[in-house]
Amino acid sequence: MITAGRIVRLAERDRSVVHFFIDGEMRGALAGDTVLTAMLASGQALRKSEFGPEPRAGFCLMGACQDCWVWQDEGPRLRACSTLVTEGIRLRTTPPESWP
Amino acid sequence: MSETAPPRVVIVGAGPAGIRAAATLVEAGLHPVVIDEGQRAGGQIYRRPPAGFTRTAKQLYGSEAAKACTLHALFDRLAKDGRLSHCAASSVIAAQDGRLHVLGEDGMQVVFYDRLILATGASDRVAPVPGWQCAGVYSLGAAQIALKAQGVALGRRIVLIGSGPLLTLVGAQLVKGGADVAAVLDTSPWRQQLRGLWGLAARPMVALRGLVLRARLGSRYHAGVTLERIEADGRGATAMRWRDAGGRYRLTLCDMIGMGWHLLAETHLADLTGCAFDYDEQWRQWLPKIDEMGRAGNGIYLAGDGARLLGADGAEIAGRLAAVACLSDLGLPTPSLRAGLRKLARLERFSRGLACAFPWPAETVRALPDDAIVCRCENVIAGAVRESVERGGGEANRVKSLSRVGMGRCQARYCQLAAVELVAAQAGCTPDAVGRFRGQAPVRPAPIGALLGEG
Repeated sequence: MITAGRIVRLAERDRSVVHFFIDGEMRGALAGDTVLTAMLASGQALRKSEFGPEPRAGFCLMGACQDCWVWQDEGPRLRACSTLVTEGIRLRTTPPESWP
Repeated sequence: MSETAPPRVVIVGAGPAGIRAAATLVEAGLHPVVIDEGQRAGGQIYRRPPAGFTRTAKQLYGSEAAKACTLHALFDRLAKDGRLSHCAASSVIAAQDGRLHVLGEDGMQVVFYDRLILATGASDRVAPVPGWQCAGVYSLGAAQIALKAQGVALGRRIVLIGSGPLLTLVGAQLVKGGADVAAVLDTSPWRQQLRGLWGLAARPMVALRGLVLRARLGSRYHAGVTLERIEADGRGATAMRWRDAGGRYRLTLCDMIGMGWHLLAETHLADLTGCAFDYDEQWRQWLPKIDEMGRAGNGIYLAGDGARLLGADGAEIAGRLAAVACLSDLGLPTPSLRAGLRKLARLERFSRGLACAFPWPAETVRALPDDAIVCRCENVIAGAVRESVERGGGEANRVKSLSRVGMGRCQARYCQLAAVELVAAQAGCTPDAVGRFRGQAPVRPAPIGALLGEG
């Protein structure tokens, strides 16, 4: 199943739907999706590089490269490849405005 | 260690090596602590999907399903019976003098050890290709994890590049899973692959299985390619530019690229605990010094791909050996090892064959254009690395401080080999002479609050 985003769901498609937010917009994902899978099922990237113009979408998926850190509305960042998406979680592709 | 308290043995990593080490210690009556980054034990190769996924072990692990199930069941039973302590979803971020700083979902804790078994595994050994910083470029391991643990392909049209067993395996798994694999581009030419045969013959069935998988790739597979660059637009990768073995320029449209040249041993904790290293010419990387049992000295033992790149079967044996070495050093009775050591020697020969047949593309890395990015974390370019050699000489850590290559969040895991190769070329010396980037704690990024809270 081709998604609206980068990934293609090849198997395990009969899971329940969870909802979460990216930059305030509600998106759907499946229970058991990592944050990385969930975000890339409806978008092309996780964040923008701090050191170049290009967007980033993760690299190693095993917690080693640290390319997939994303912001949460309430502040702390999480590693998208090794965190499961949860109902109602609010994520951002840019740092919160309160961040110094 | 007092005379009454049992020795505290801590194992880092719950892949094949860590699980076998733990089981061996439990059999001898010890109660090891196992710290692992995964939610569930298994490691990367036998990684288990989250709860609620329904594919069978056969679908997930293919010919290795029985081994995966045995290890999972063994670990789960030991954990359930309270024979070991399992710290899941936890990273060891610092290690020194009998103390490990462990970052888990509930923050930081300090774990003490008398003996430490490091079974930290490996990550993909990559090489920079111009354009590899763009979205849609992943490691081969990432493509496999996405398929196994999430049931997804990371793109609609996929090109895999690199060399080694994982290139063929991931390609075949993606094709079987229904992904659109446009091309599998192997930088090793056929004649080089044949040179590895003497070693590969040590495990004829495994070599044969590889050939069968490769046959499934059909005309997608090309040996002896030269990788030119990854084309991208504002959204991510759009095409792979390459030359075939005959030198013809080719362009393959794609939105995902998976890259990898076999594996890079994960050695940061071995480094922090003071292990010595040797540069291995054949593997083209630094590996920790150990004896045949995995002893690194100082109460530290290493097992699995983090010490020697022997694959999952070798890791199971090495895990047992490291545990036995540890027991023996503690003066406890140990089981016989001769069969394990013999098998390990055969696996070692096979793995040398792999290293020879599927080399890392050192010459291509040396010829990288100045504007090619070497460090994906901070977009440090090859030109900056070369320039820092002119200013400060050809020593790895000097280049690191001048150019910032290797200072990013991945702690040099994905740029070190390329950076050192560039420095060696510029300074006219060997990578061995350039040296190794020193490891620094924390080996994973940690929130400052967790460090302060620890007191």
